[in-house]
Amino acid sequence: MAAPSFTAAKFLAPVAARSGGERAPPLPATGAGFARPRRGAQQQQTRLRTALAVSSDVLAGNKAAQAASGQPAVTREEALELYEDMVLGRVFEDMCAQMYYRGKMFGFVHLYNGQEAVSTGFIKLLNQADCVVSTYRDHVHALSKGVPARSVMAELFGKATGCCRGQGGSMHMFSAPHNLLGGFAFIGEGIPVATGAAFAAKYRHEVLKQSSPDGLDVTLAFFGDGTCNNGQFFECLNMAQLWRLPIVFVVENNLWAIGMSHIRATSDPEIYKKGPAFGMPGVHVDGMDVLKVREVAKEAIERARRGEGPTLVECETYRFRGHSLADPDELRKPDEKSHYAARDPITALKKYIIEQNLATEPELKSIEKKIDDVVEEAVEFADASPHPPRSQLLENVFADPKGFGIGPDGKYRCEDPKFTQGTAQV
Amino acid sequence: MLGAARRQLGSGPMLGQVLQRLRPAAATNAARGYSAAAKEMTVRDALNSALDEEMSADPSVFLMGEEVGEYQGAYKITKGLLDKYGPDRVLDTPITEAGFTGIGVGAAYQGLRPVVEFMTFNFSMQAIDHIINSAAKSNYMSAGQISVPIVFRGPNGAAAGVGAQHSQCYAAWYAHVPGLKVLTPYSAEDARGLLKAAIRDPDPVIFLENELLYGESFPVSAEVLDSSFCLPIGKAKIEREGKDVTITAFSKMVGYALQAAEILSKEGISAEVINLRSIRPLDRAAINASVRKTNRLVTVEEGFPQHGVGAEICMSVVEECFEYLDAPVERIAGADVPMPYAANIERMAVPQVDDIVRAAKRACYRAVPMAATA
Repeated sequence: MAAPSFTAAKFLAPVAARSGGERAPPLPATGAGFARPRRGAQQQQTRLRTALAVSSDVLAGNKAAQAASGQPAVTREEALELYEDMVLGRVFEDMCAQMYYRGKMFGFVHLYNGQEAVSTGFIKLLNQADCVVSTYRDHVHALSKGVPARSVMAELFGKATGCCRGQGGSMHMFSAPHNLLGGFAFIGEGIPVATGAAFAAKYRHEVLKQSSPDGLDVTLAFFGDGTCNNGQFFECLNMAQLWRLPIVFVVENNLWAIGMSHIRATSDPEIYKKGPAFGMPGVHVDGMDVLKVREVAKEAIERARRGEGPTLVECETYRFRGHSLADPDELRKPDEKSHYAARDPITALKKYIIEQNLATEPELKSIEKKIDDVVEEAVEFADASPHPPRSQLLENVFADPKGFGIGPDGKYRCEDPKFTQGTAQV
Repeated sequence: MLGAARRQLGSGPMLGQVLQRLRPAAATNAARGYSAAAKEMTVRDALNSALDEEMSADPSVFLMGEEVGEYQGAYKITKGLLDKYGPDRVLDTPITEAGFTGIGVGAAYQGLRPVVEFMTFNFSMQAIDHIINSAAKSNYMSAGQISVPIVFRGPNGAAAGVGAQHSQCYAAWYAHVPGLKVLTPYSAEDARGLLKAAIRDPDPVIFLENELLYGESFPVSAEVLDSSFCLPIGKAKIEREGKDVTITAFSKMVGYALQAAEILSKEGISAEVINLRSIRPLDRAAINASVRKTNRLVTVEEGFPQHGVGAEICMSVVEECFEYLDAPVERIAGADVPMPYAANIERMAVPQVDDIVRAAKRACYRAVPMAATA
């Protein structure tokens, strides 16, 4: 049997030594008998064989222990950063709704209200070189990854100053400098692309010998509950684990795929259990609590960075608005909506910050004011920006500026003497 | 005919080339329009050597596909590459076209240069969302930020007796999409030059090979064997010059067209055979220049007729040189049915040499063979 070249063994030795740093203490076993063994290099093999699911109640227990010890889970700076990022996501999306109904934005617009804890909790832990791949519900992922609000707003307005010069739109946010690799309309389409980006990170380390001192560049793939019934999802769980790729599969389970309830569509609705079926850990976390998400994210990302392979994280979350701005949202029950509205992640974090004395109410209010200004400015910028010129229609079909294998000097690329530089010493 | 050639082309090296082309000694060489060369190479070896050289030159080039590694390639195209480059660069994938194609695209987004093999292009239909939506369209959607330097290669079109689900030609499907480049090599020279160009190209390239051509040998010059050899994308090749009728073809049909041209020449019709090499972009300039010269056109393809390559070529000619046409454009394509299995009707479902000959004669308004004219 051929051993896959991307085995854990290759990474254990050099990277395990580097795995210092803060870790959550071991978690108590739940009644269901799911226990997570202590981390440690010698345990790697057994853990990988017995990767188990952990329920979020266990993490709640962990948080309770921390609260009892009087230590907040985050520093003041971190808390304010998280708060600001979530407020930016919320205010931006609310502004999108306003602009849509005023006709400034058009087509398909899918808003992220209510799910901010997932985006902020995960993406704020990433470096610039780490990649994010998203779905059509991608505005807030772009903002969390660092794409300026004015670029995203201008893109939504279809202006030439948008992050994709108006050629992508709401569902196709790309930003190469921020390693935001899309923005995909098809369900499940981003998962293999994210797996490929993780593959490239590993390839760069293994084959091209371009090492970063932090470890491998990590890729996050965000997708929904409906996608977890799609074939590509399973194909990529298999290959990511087979080749031990540095990826975290983040399921934003908001219980609804347009009007299809997750329970009606899925034989086994507990998505996190599908990770161990492929040999990787599966974790379920309360996606309305940014601190819990951040804790799980930290571990999953560190795992990937150390070369231990993928993790499947299911975040229980909820979208306060409909699937898109065209969705009448008639099938969801009011009590379900109010249940989750009461668990608004921004309100929860605000409460936590004030209770833990990390900041005062006026400080938080000033952050909210600042974000209001940022988003207003983004709208003004987008409004004032020009539409794409007519000449832009035919641009960028190919990477070649004139298309069809022709280089900037007008000659065929392969006739350029430098084109054959570095060819084989075969 | 020879006299006519002499008059038209004058003296010197050009004439020498023409004479060499018509030399009877190597009948296949003459039919294919190659000057006599020292070495012959199969298409399989041409592809293998191209992959080898490009992988050696650029460490970001890697292969992925089913059976490309330990099995040495389902059709042995990637033979020896696993031993030479190791399992990190020659990846045997599970049977997950959608998944591994997407992985290739994601890797290309991050600057690697994957060469993804489909065991046949029929299986690319399982991955077509990634080929079209995340590869072809990405440079446009991202306004030039994310280019996708990926090559999708594999056998395309009919083989022998493999049935309906293994025999479709995808040239027209992929050539329909802006953002893709579609190449169809015929000879060993085409295979080497175009595959090297495809791997170096910064855009997604669909590289349509043909299983029945893998074992065929073609003469190759020293220039072709050089490791820096590559052919331009978007340029057709005039395989055989002629003056009475233009026959366009790609992939295996080029061989058939050349045989048809031989038969036609004995009947006094001088056919010009164009090996398209590149379906997208289509070398409209070459096709139209040829039609302006001959005034008659026969398009040949193996795939289904409706919305096929021939339809696009016909329209291109109508748009650019309609007044030069002396006869309606003749279109030869595969039969408009899923490929049958039985050998005799399978033969009927794919164009044969006499179909091309008959079409050329129809285009020339000659129902009966005429004596050769000088």
